[in-house]
Amino acid sequence: MVTVTIWGSLRALTDGRATLEVEASTFKQLLDRLVRDYPGLRPQIERGVSLAVDGRIYREAWFTPIKPDSEVVLMPYMTGG
Amino acid sequence: MMALDQNGKRIFKVVGTRPPRPDGIDKVTGRALYGADVAAPGMLVGRILRSPHAHAEIVAIDTSAAVALEGVKAVVTGTDFAPQADPTLRDIQENCMARGKALYDGHAVAAVAATTAAIARAALKLIKVSYKPLPHVTDVDQAMRAEAPVVQAGRALESVPAGTPDNVTHRCEFGHGDLAAGFARADLIVTRSFTTAATHQGYIEPHACLASMTADGKGDLWCCTQGQFNVRTICAALLGIEASQLRVTASEIGGGFGGKTSVFIEPVALALARRAGRPVKIVMTRDEVFRATGPTVSTSIDVRIGVTKAGRITAGEAELRYSGGAFACPTVELGAQAAFAAYDLEAVRTIGWNVLTNRPKEAAFRAPGAPAAIYAVECVIDEACQRLGLDPLEVRLINAARKGTRSSYGPTFDDIGLLATLNAAKAHPHYRAPLAPGQGRGLSAGFWFNFGGNTCVSLNVNTDGTVGVTEGNPDIGGSRAAISQMAAEELGIPYDKVRTMIADTASLGYNDVTDGSRVTFAVGLATIKAAQDAIRKMCARAAKIWGIDPDAVEWVDGAAVPAGPNAGKFPPMTLAEIAALSFKTGGPIAGHHEFNADGAGVSFGVHLCDVEVDPETGATRVLRYTVFQDAGRAVHPSYVEGQMQGGAAQGIGWALNEEYIYGSDGRLQNPGFLDYRVPVASDLPMIETVILEIPNPGHPYGVRGVGETSIVPPLAAVSNAVSRAIGVRMNRLPMSPPRVLAAIDAKG
Repeated sequence: MVTVTIWGSLRALTDGRATLEVEASTFKQLLDRLVRDYPGLRPQIERGVSLAVDGRIYREAWFTPIKPDSEVVLMPYMTGG
Repeated sequence: MMALDQNGKRIFKVVGTRPPRPDGIDKVTGRALYGADVAAPGMLVGRILRSPHAHAEIVAIDTSAAVALEGVKAVVTGTDFAPQADPTLRDIQENCMARGKALYDGHAVAAVAATTAAIARAALKLIKVSYKPLPHVTDVDQAMRAEAPVVQAGRALESVPAGTPDNVTHRCEFGHGDLAAGFARADLIVTRSFTTAATHQGYIEPHACLASMTADGKGDLWCCTQGQFNVRTICAALLGIEASQLRVTASEIGGGFGGKTSVFIEPVALALARRAGRPVKIVMTRDEVFRATGPTVSTSIDVRIGVTKAGRITAGEAELRYSGGAFACPTVELGAQAAFAAYDLEAVRTIGWNVLTNRPKEAAFRAPGAPAAIYAVECVIDEACQRLGLDPLEVRLINAARKGTRSSYGPTFDDIGLLATLNAAKAHPHYRAPLAPGQGRGLSAGFWFNFGGNTCVSLNVNTDGTVGVTEGNPDIGGSRAAISQMAAEELGIPYDKVRTMIADTASLGYNDVTDGSRVTFAVGLATIKAAQDAIRKMCARAAKIWGIDPDAVEWVDGAAVPAGPNAGKFPPMTLAEIAALSFKTGGPIAGHHEFNADGAGVSFGVHLCDVEVDPETGATRVLRYTVFQDAGRAVHPSYVEGQMQGGAAQGIGWALNEEYIYGSDGRLQNPGFLDYRVPVASDLPMIETVILEIPNPGHPYGVRGVGETSIVPPLAAVSNAVSRAIGVRMNRLPMSPPRVLAAIDAKG
């Protein structure tokens, strides 16, 4: 199981939970399981999210490996100027 | 194989040097081709009719008289574009050409293509638009009220609570810890509210493009943009054509700073060209650039921090209200994440809202969202330092985020450079230099994320021993030089043997936009990988020539050599020697790499600013300014310094002068550089730079993005300097002379 920390405004879509336990070993699996277990997250995930794994931020990188003890943080999709 | 010094660090030969910029001669001699410089036989002139109203229903558009005018070859309106299901594309399309409502002063409502500019202008006057003016709102706080005019209904995301006024589209929240407990531990709690104005990126080159569509549906578009592939994606979707049928070529760019990451005129030019059957060129006037392209967000921000007498911040919270104009805009998410990112806080929370107003659609501007948020936080920290009698730099050192800090936006930081940057500022003579009466010194830290993204590079080894690198990102800050340097470094050849070119969309795989401070990091990394690919192939050719196993060959200082005494005894074969024989040994040699880059690494900066305020006029003069930035490995230090100086200059303008000024009629009152005052050389001192080269572990050379962080600290650095100089805390940007004078007068 991976522990995913979500940002605060998503808690309204996860029964108030700030961290979610998900069975996943990649970015894609994690997103799929989040949508399955918390359907309210689907619109945000479909719009795009970033994922910080052990402090490193990824965008749309489906096959990024996630270890069970990794620090995993869901973040809004990163953009810049 | 890389050369290593005694400490195991790589010794660079090309990276870190300052070769002449490859685009320099073309630019100073006027030969560089910008967006407006491209022409085609039979080309028509495109012009756009814009709304004179801040908010109005478009009851009817009668284009018949314009169509009938001799010399007019095409007219288009919003109904000529197919409705888009995707919300992002829908908003871009409706921003390029209004449908149903004009949402801001300058919103495009129709366009013509004619044989001359005079005929095009005459045709615009013949288009009859029946407007029903509607109440408007341009202020972010007013737009959040229940009674505010509704700019667009039904745009709220699921994160916005039911019952929230219609103009609110986004709500976000970040943070961790027990705020109540944190504030309970504080000896001092400071609460303040701030506003910042929308500012324009201020690029000198207006938007310009030339579009061509043939009868069989093939399109060509030349334009000034930060991302030709993104332009292709958007325009192909809006025009209903396949990506392969539209080739987009990026011109030289006369400044972008984020403002050229979207489209404004390009789909319109393509639609006109398709209808006319002839190429159409559109060049925006400066007035159009200000009224109808994207400035940054306007903001209203509340901040509260708790601090102990010793200077430890016990809690921080902020509520940020951003407006990205008439369309939904997620930039507040970046501001809310960045606001407290420089600090190691046990309890922190930020809440962000985006609100629709009758203003142009926001476009990115260097570190979008972060400058306003960090301005508010850094001003409150400075006030707390003043009230507690603490050194503002020491307080930042006490609270600085460091390796192992849980960031305010979630992830735990790895190696970061904030402490080193603060210590460099502390040790610099600027920090201890004496000030005269009427002068003040301000300090601010700043932060930006940086990212990598989709990247594709080809590297071709020419038979004369030179190398061509083909990459897909317009050069807005010196990337061609930096990429050539990294290719030369990896290949072990001189810099002047490499030339980097920017490909059109038909010549290379997809590349993300030039934004997010990504290009030197991500394209540089892809270039190194492409060079390594070419090196493998060159080693294999040498192995064939020598009749040994390819694994028995390695690359040292630009040549293939046997890997140890057991591989055989052969003299090194240089890149030029292998390239010269390439047709006989297997054909051309090229390297390639494509990936979605990650590991960009966050960046921190610290700025020191000295100002003098004229008590008679309220005018502020910047006396001295120093930028300290964790830049990772500085590939071309002159360009890095230029980025640091440029961001500081733009931030100083944001702090002191620049703002979109709207009249009571909702129309923009200052759409030109005479009334929208950007700093010019005579306004500023030479901006000193101190590069901190803290290697990014996510890049083999330690490269980190540098383009955006430098615009984050100036707003607060200048504001804190002015506040200390006049003895009044300023909380509204820009600090134009009338506002500063009013603050001085109010103090009595």
